Amino acid sequence: MSSDPDELEVSVWRGDNTSGQFEDFRVPAQENQTILDVVSWIQQHRDPTLSYRYACRVGMCGSCAMMVNGVPRWTCRTHVKVALKDNRVSIGPLRNLPVIKDLATDMDPFFDKWVTAEGMHHPSKTRDDAIEQIDPEDGARLEANKGIECINCSVCYAACDTVAGNDDYLGPAALQRAWTLYNDAKDAGKQTILEAVSGTGGCHNCHSQGSCSHYCPNDLNPMAAIAGLKRATALSFFKGRK
Amino acid sequence: MIRPHRTHALWYAFILHRISGIALALFLPVHFYTLALALTDPERLDGFFQWTELAVVKFAEFGLVFLLALHMFGGLRLMALEWLPWSDRQKTLAAGAAAVSFLISGVFLLRAI
Repeated sequence: MSSDPDELEVSVWRGDNTSGQFEDFRVPAQENQTILDVVSWIQQHRDPTLSYRYACRVGMCGSCAMMVNGVPRWTCRTHVKVALKDNRVSIGPLRNLPVIKDLATDMDPFFDKWVTAEGMHHPSKTRDDAIEQIDPEDGARLEANKGIECINCSVCYAACDTVAGNDDYLGPAALQRAWTLYNDAKDAGKQTILEAVSGTGGCHNCHSQGSCSHYCPNDLNPMAAIAGLKRATALSFFKGRK
Repeated sequence: MIRPHRTHALWYAFILHRISGIALALFLPVHFYTLALALTDPERLDGFFQWTELAVVKFAEFGLVFLLALHMFGGLRLMALEWLPWSDRQKTLAAGAAAVSFLISGVFLLRAI
């Protein structure tokens, strides 16, 4: 391939869950250009059969995460210049998830684990009760606030080597969601959450490699949340609750 | 192979902790066997002590002390991470563990040569 500075040399993964290979494309370089722009250009101008996923284009929906030069990134907010190496960039489907086709992964395992981790609201009141007043400065509320900006992009899940080595491991996002709800005064399922996250694939599998926190595009810290769950489950165990 | 997503400080701290742990697990049986020579074969132990005067062995001991210190301070960091209130200074703590380990093993080497 040429090293024309007006063109980017882009390798894009083509294939499904059983086989595939990188296919090379030349894409016109722009002054301001995201990785998602590059993928869209290829799909619109070179190969309309290229499959990928996106929605909001502004870093809110968590749909467009891909492996860019081997690193998980939200592609709509990743400038090409950040990722480019020797005018080349490789773009692949997210790691640790089944590939549907090309750059689109099956997110079901990721979301199923949110449910397994009890990452859903456990109501503490009925519609007839008064709304509970929450002190925004309360310590538990401040802890819960740290995780609520998760956009479910699965970047942390793709970055995690423990997920790669253990199919049952719930992963950073689901565990962080569980920690957020555990600290939520309006959630009545604290013990249910602890039991869900202390099983075979639970928080104690985490090796604190920190890739989840390192790559989280919203600067969240799932590793800290998992450490919180480890403490909470251990304290619960020593108190004889399980 | 260190793949691109692993190139950050805390992953290096993780892999160094694992490697130092495995290295120490391999070393300890040899260490205890050698110590046992004091009871079973003192002359052979004296021969071993002479062998440890070689410069290359002293340098290997520096590596051993470095790995031991790294495993201990890295382990203390992990225990603090899991049991104490969270600190955002994990990279600093990991770097500190490596620096203190190097200091201790360096002092050991300077005293040995």
